[in-house]
Amino acid sequence: MTTNALDTRKTIAPVVIKPSRGWVGLRLKDLWLYRELVYFLTWRDLKVRYKQSVLGILWAILKPFMAMVVFTIFFGNFAKIPSDNVPYPIFSYTATLPWELFATALGVASRSMVSNSNMISKIYFPRMIIPLASVMSSVVDFFIGFTILIGMMFFYKISPTIATLWLPLLILLALITALGIGFWSSALMVRYRDVGYIMPFISTLWMYLTPVVYPASMIPEKWRLLYALNPMTGVVEGFRYALLGTTQSVSAGMILISSGISILILITGLFYFRRMEKQFADMI
Amino acid sequence: MSNLALRVDDIGKQYNIFKENIRYSTLRDKLVNTLKSPVKTLINPTGSEKFWALRHISFSLEHGQVLGIIGKNGAGKSTLLKILSRVVEPTEGVAELYGRVGSLLEVGTGFHPELTGRENIFLNGAILGMKRTEIESKFDEIVAFSEIDKFIDTPVKRYSSGMYMRLAFAVSAHLEPEILVVDEVLAVGDAEFQRKCLGKMSDVASQGRTVLFVSHNMSAIQRLTQECIVLDEGKMVMRARTPEAVDYYLTNDFSESGERRYKDAEIPPDAHPFKPLAVRVKNAADVTTDNQLSVEPITVEVEYTLATDITGLRVGVYLMTSRGEYVFTSFDTDDPEAFQSRSVRKAGHFISRCTIPADTFNEGRFVIGINASSYMVKRYFGDERALSFNVNTTGAPGMHWVEVRHGPIRPRLDWRIEELR
Repeated sequence: MTTNALDTRKTIAPVVIKPSRGWVGLRLKDLWLYRELVYFLTWRDLKVRYKQSVLGILWAILKPFMAMVVFTIFFGNFAKIPSDNVPYPIFSYTATLPWELFATALGVASRSMVSNSNMISKIYFPRMIIPLASVMSSVVDFFIGFTILIGMMFFYKISPTIATLWLPLLILLALITALGIGFWSSALMVRYRDVGYIMPFISTLWMYLTPVVYPASMIPEKWRLLYALNPMTGVVEGFRYALLGTTQSVSAGMILISSGISILILITGLFYFRRMEKQFADMI
Repeated sequence: MSNLALRVDDIGKQYNIFKENIRYSTLRDKLVNTLKSPVKTLINPTGSEKFWALRHISFSLEHGQVLGIIGKNGAGKSTLLKILSRVVEPTEGVAELYGRVGSLLEVGTGFHPELTGRENIFLNGAILGMKRTEIESKFDEIVAFSEIDKFIDTPVKRYSSGMYMRLAFAVSAHLEPEILVVDEVLAVGDAEFQRKCLGKMSDVASQGRTVLFVSHNMSAIQRLTQECIVLDEGKMVMRARTPEAVDYYLTNDFSESGERRYKDAEIPPDAHPFKPLAVRVKNAADVTTDNQLSVEPITVEVEYTLATDITGLRVGVYLMTSRGEYVFTSFDTDDPEAFQSRSVRKAGHFISRCTIPADTFNEGRFVIGINASSYMVKRYFGDERALSFNVNTTGAPGMHWVEVRHGPIRPRLDWRIEELR
């Protein structure tokens, strides 16, 4: 044991601790070294989320389902919002699912740094793990909600096509967007707790800026690429295309713009987070 | 290649003290302040004052050495450990660490009350940087050490605080880094558990790993370390062999007035609502003085304020020799009736006072430490070396022989000489 330790220490380079200035490297290698911690924190968030709740994991189904019912009654039946020739319930549910994934992931990621302040002020580990793990934990809810969607597709006799293969990429796109904004908001929230009050409000507004209850085809053609600057537009319309085969609203250009923006948010978020990281333990 | 474990070169850490004494601000405050005094905000955007918690610290340590770090509250000990364990970044200077660093800054970090003991072992292990396979291979050992095997699948929120601490320490203690950084883990738990912790730590040291150990407990420092550095107000005052350093720490830098007043900077924020004001020693004539006579009673006073009511508060003193051996410990609610009648101590300004009977101490310097805590709930404030005073034995028993009497106490015993026929 001791001799082992002696052998390894000769080969490892020393860890150098010194003040960092300005923009710093991302140190993604550290993230890889700590990959098991990502797993454990994700697992903890999942375990804890529905403890002491009666319905437990059923909430993951109830939330998007009830939203779909309300949307169908008010926007589908009363307001008669068009739904690209798909029955309105499945039209809205197909969008609510990725939207809920995004909104939940963003919500927990934003709060994650502050709610884990105890760990941050005591132990070193790459701080990026915390928002990352909280985003991962919302994926499980998504897949539980997805089972309802499969049921609805049977009910409405919609069969999946080859386009369904796009789904993993679209899910990834939603997660990347949530993570990118999560990096920004969680780091900002360490300094300004206001972010905690603003985020739910932003999230609500954002839903109406995203074609969840209406199709993107309602937006005039000339504005549609501008509309795609909202990365969730690409995700939601992409979902409808992949599962329901709607083609009126979606275009390759839209998906490309949405993807580009979400990658941009992720990269800037990463760098901003890393820049603020050194102050977290002092400020939190 | 040298056998260097770590090298610290001119490390310093500067903190901002926010004037309103809040740890985070809101955008609104910032906007209002900017509008109110735009020039001041430009010069000093956070409205804070800067101070150096630590400065010009340089030392190095070889593998297998155990180094104690001692100093009073606010001397920068914890800041140094936090820098070395990479929790906070230094403002200046460089440190190099040759090997994996494990820190026991506070045991049980990341424990989640809703998770079971088993789940928390894995979670806590991962947070401390252990691999899953590593935790699995040590799992039985950890459970055995913590003595909670029956409750391993119970959520830790149902644990007693003793069980919780044992489990938390057990996980940390089974981490096997090349460099171990330890801060005050021995401040908690019962005597038996503390003994076990000390044993585990000396095992770690004897396995040739490097340990940096911060404690206020001088007997633990003396048992575990051969060498110490002494910090004072963020500066390194000395590095010496442990007996010498402990002696210096316990006796130097005290005011000679018989009174110790606390400055705000010396009081850690988590002491709130308890705020120590002063500790005093008085002689039989009620005069505060550093020089006490062993043949007269000595009065010890602890003055403090409570910002809010505290349930089960006890304020007490430790008495130690200058070499750090305990003479006694006593609390103001040791009397069960006093404890009952003062079960909730109201917010206010208090003095807890006790009188040590005449003919208690032998000649020499004695150190008073104070402690304010609610048993098994929270330790609000502790200062193991609040004050020292000198005892003069003029008139004490046996003074007609000019010789050194062994032992810290010098009681006047009722000797009878009986002649047997």
